Amino acid sequence: MEVDREDGRSQNQLRPLACSRNILHRAHGSASWSQGDTKVLAAVYGPKAGTKKNENPEKACIEVIWKPKTGQIGKPEKEYEMILKRTLESVCILTVNPNTTTSIIVQVVNDDGALLPSAINAACMALVDAGIPMKHLAVAVCCCVAKSGYVILDPTKLEEQQKMKAFAYLVFPNSVHSVLPEGSLRVEGEPIENGIITSVTHGIMSVDDYFYCLERGRAASVKLSDFLRRNLQQQSTDSSKAG
Amino acid sequence: MGLPNASGDLSTEVEVDAFRRLFPLRFYEKHLLESIRPDARPLGRARETTIALGAVASANGSALAKIGSTTMLAAIKMEVMTPSLETPDEGCIGLLPLAARFPVSLSLLKTPGRPAEAAPVVAKQLSDTILSSGMINLKELSLVSGKAAWMAYLDIYCLDADGALFDTALLSAVAAFSHLEIPVVSLNDDGKIVLSEEQGLSDREPVNKEKRKINLSSVPFSLTCVLHKNYILADPTAEEESIMDTIVTVVLDSSSQLVSLQKPGGTVLAYTSAIQDCIALTRQRVKELQKILEEAISGMEVD
Repeated sequence: MEVDREDGRSQNQLRPLACSRNILHRAHGSASWSQGDTKVLAAVYGPKAGTKKNENPEKACIEVIWKPKTGQIGKPEKEYEMILKRTLESVCILTVNPNTTTSIIVQVVNDDGALLPSAINAACMALVDAGIPMKHLAVAVCCCVAKSGYVILDPTKLEEQQKMKAFAYLVFPNSVHSVLPEGSLRVEGEPIENGIITSVTHGIMSVDDYFYCLERGRAASVKLSDFLRRNLQQQSTDSSKAG
Repeated sequence: MGLPNASGDLSTEVEVDAFRRLFPLRFYEKHLLESIRPDARPLGRARETTIALGAVASANGSALAKIGSTTMLAAIKMEVMTPSLETPDEGCIGLLPLAARFPVSLSLLKTPGRPAEAAPVVAKQLSDTILSSGMINLKELSLVSGKAAWMAYLDIYCLDADGALFDTALLSAVAAFSHLEIPVVSLNDDGKIVLSEEQGLSDREPVNKEKRKINLSSVPFSLTCVLHKNYILADPTAEEESIMDTIVTVVLDSSSQLVSLQKPGGTVLAYTSAIQDCIALTRQRVKELQKILEEAISGMEVD
């Protein structure tokens, strides 16, 4: 099935990715993530002593502050903050630094579609840069179901607004490189990277479409996690000032 | 965590209570092994659900929904407004500015203040769900194209928060919309549309003679599940939500289309089979809720 996209991509093709870490001097960790024209900056401060009110002091607390490109934060941004917070809490090992708070500030530089997945990827890279203990990385993808029924990945803002009837933001763990035999990393016959950390959908789709999105998202998350791994290895070898 | 022979030590009532407070997760896991929950429900069963329509006399449509002890009151007030310029010929504006207000806390087991934090998120999800499900055809809310349309103000009050906040909020909103009766309006001498009763124009020809009820086309219903290891617990209480933190909310409409599937993080990764199980549980629940709503509506008509 051939699908015409404005920028000539195929339906499974992601936009060019770019990620650089350690770009802010005063933050403990920072990363910028861009996916085509969508660009997000994330900064991590912490762990600082003490947790906020209503948080469990036996665990580390994660605080997410979302800064939109312009204006004040509203309900959508509050929702993004909540999703980011819950997602990052599930990737970080919270028992290592009990009774501490780690703040993550997410600044939107430019929004050209797939904003929340970009923010999750940026925040995750910033956490790695800050040296916060994590179980695995989180890899976020945006899948769109178009009005004519096909599924495309990583939509631009224009595609999101004009053609789409529904979209799903999916977050998976990164694929595991391990010396252990294949079978030991499988849960219920599925590899561990197939598990969904976070799923957010908007708009109506059939249940089958959702599972189709899942399949596509998983395939794309493998490419993304390869990109993340390469990026992390590259920068850790050539940065001498790290730490 | 000690207590190697904990089940043997749970002989008296006091100790059960102490065990529950000290080792909440172990307490739940012991129940889950027996496929039962502390409130005597099987894992897949939702709590008792009731809907009372017309709870607020001054609103145009209202409903009180209860799932277990989670209680939400939804009320809709209709107002005439001028539609926005972007959609003048349809006049299809019926915006739903939601104000889901939660009290600071009413449930004792939960940390105080949490529902207040959840309020904007639940409100956002609710307005997304209602608008994207296409339950209400906004064109039906038009009175005179480009000049006047209905604005439905939906307010939801949380009277008691004990888990499954979104489910209860959606149920109360849906019930309030099905109870909604649009007031009669007519043109006054200045050519403006006003409520007939308020302005004493009841003798005039009403503008909206036939359109007194809104057609709800595909009604969304939701079910929240908690995942823990391989167990799926439908319709969690606040205690269950706070102990086992992986929450999946599935919203299906009456034609079994997926309106929303939310899983914000959590320690358990959801595999395809778990997602399928959650959707299957939601399908059953949708049927239950449809029946409950129909009964509530038919109960109203008898009165």
